[in-house]
Amino acid sequence: MSSIAEIEKEIVEEFELFDDWTEKYQYIIELGQKLPELDDKYKIDENRIKGCQSSVWLNCEEKNGNIYFEADSDSTFVKGEIALLIRVLSGQNPEAILNSQLGFIDEIGLRQHVAVTRANGLASMIKQMKLYAVAFQSKE
Amino acid sequence: MILTEQLKSKTVFNVEEVRKDFPILTQKVYGHPLVYLDNAATSQKPQVVIDALTKYYSEYNANIHRGVHFLSQKASAAYDEVRIKVQKLINAASEREIIFTRGTTESINLVASSFGRKYIKFGDEVIISAMEHHSNIVPWQLMCEERGALLKVIPMNDSGELLIDEYRKLLSDKVKLVAVVHTSNSLGTINPVKEIIDLAHKKNIPVLLDVAQSMAHEAINVQELDCDFLAFSGHKMFGPTGVGCLYGKLNLLESMPPYQGGGDMIHSVSFEKTTYNEVPYKFEAGTPNVADVIALGAAVDYLQSLDRNAAIEHEMMLLEYATQQLTDINEVKLIGTAKNKTSVVSFIIDGVNALDAGMYLDTLGIAVRTGHHCTEPVMKRLNITGTLRASFLFYNTKEEVDALVEGVKGAIKLLRVK
Repeated sequence: MSSIAEIEKEIVEEFELFDDWTEKYQYIIELGQKLPELDDKYKIDENRIKGCQSSVWLNCEEKNGNIYFEADSDSTFVKGEIALLIRVLSGQNPEAILNSQLGFIDEIGLRQHVAVTRANGLASMIKQMKLYAVAFQSKE
Repeated sequence: MILTEQLKSKTVFNVEEVRKDFPILTQKVYGHPLVYLDNAATSQKPQVVIDALTKYYSEYNANIHRGVHFLSQKASAAYDEVRIKVQKLINAASEREIIFTRGTTESINLVASSFGRKYIKFGDEVIISAMEHHSNIVPWQLMCEERGALLKVIPMNDSGELLIDEYRKLLSDKVKLVAVVHTSNSLGTINPVKEIIDLAHKKNIPVLLDVAQSMAHEAINVQELDCDFLAFSGHKMFGPTGVGCLYGKLNLLESMPPYQGGGDMIHSVSFEKTTYNEVPYKFEAGTPNVADVIALGAAVDYLQSLDRNAAIEHEMMLLEYATQQLTDINEVKLIGTAKNKTSVVSFIIDGVNALDAGMYLDTLGIAVRTGHHCTEPVMKRLNITGTLRASFLFYNTKEEVDALVEGVKGAIKLLRVK
């Protein structure tokens, strides 16, 4: 398993191939379309993160000290963002998740498009992932 | 005679000339010409408004109403002059009936707070409608909760039209105020406000109109409508952000307690007893937003300089054209199909999330609004979570509608989940 920093670097390099925001948008949509669907039994209110314009369902499980995330959204773009976050954070240990800076969001030019508006639940999603990490850490 | 009529009907609104007044419209977004169709959120600003702001700050910035010096007198005169401009714009009986606020939201909060404290008692009722913006819901909820009053809602039909017969039934003796939106921001419906006002007045109930969405489109005449309060924002009618107006009938305003306390709203202050300044100053506590009020004046002048009939005709042409073009797309469903509508088209696309589609249009340089448009109860009533909304002003073109329609088709191709 690569470290968070290594995966972030990979993503940044991938996005360097794109010339403009339109291409990045289309790539994120593609990632969203490929994200495996979350089983309906996890699409419950307890797992729901409500953004202003989209909903996210986030489920997580612990295996051998690492946390595995799976998630879904009614927005394909948000699903694409989820796919990126899952790639970076899923399968990591709680401490690594808590310490992650997730600088790639800035570096790939995503933050200026989504984080400044209330439209997108990206910030709440990261917060929730880290809260799970805290919860698992305190259980240990 | 016939020839004159023909010539008249051929007079085309010169949109290319008008666009030159708005410097922002010439820019490119991600390499595409900007197509700005989010006018219901805020209008763009003509150069004269931008110039008025710059001129104020570079030539006569000063605090007003107290300075004896040259700059203060010049700024005070310019500020006071705008009150008269707004009075004329809405045909108020006196300039004292115009109060400058931060916008529609503050205007409504002012009435909810001051009128509420004076006139609303336990068990009283306030009527709003099913298509209010949150800013004409929440201030009344806060006030009603505080005073033990009840909020009643005029329902609407599936097209987005208010049910006037139901409204009649709500007008009981307990009702102390009716507060309704003139033009719906999320559906585009223009409500029959004259009828709503007349019905309320038969029972001596005052009426507040939220005309935030109307001012840029049509001429509002408060004496003809006979509304008791009127609230609007500057930024939706070509003025700057952070400034708006409340109109109120003088006798009502005089009878109401102040909204906020501070400078300018007082007559004299002592620790034992403070007396208040007269209307409108009683409701304008603190150093006012001088710069933006002055720039609002420039916006009013700009609005008055337009051929407003030609402008609205052009907007209606855009509305009709966009409605037709979007209806022709199988996956598109229009939301808000009232007979009397302003130039707003709200729609959903089957199998495409509104946020995704809005972001896709953005990559093409097309600015629309997505979501619930601060009217969550409207969305709930129509059983949807949000819409895409394109809202037009007279500076928009038929070609921009074409760009939107092509964009929607592209979004369907890329995003549709079968």
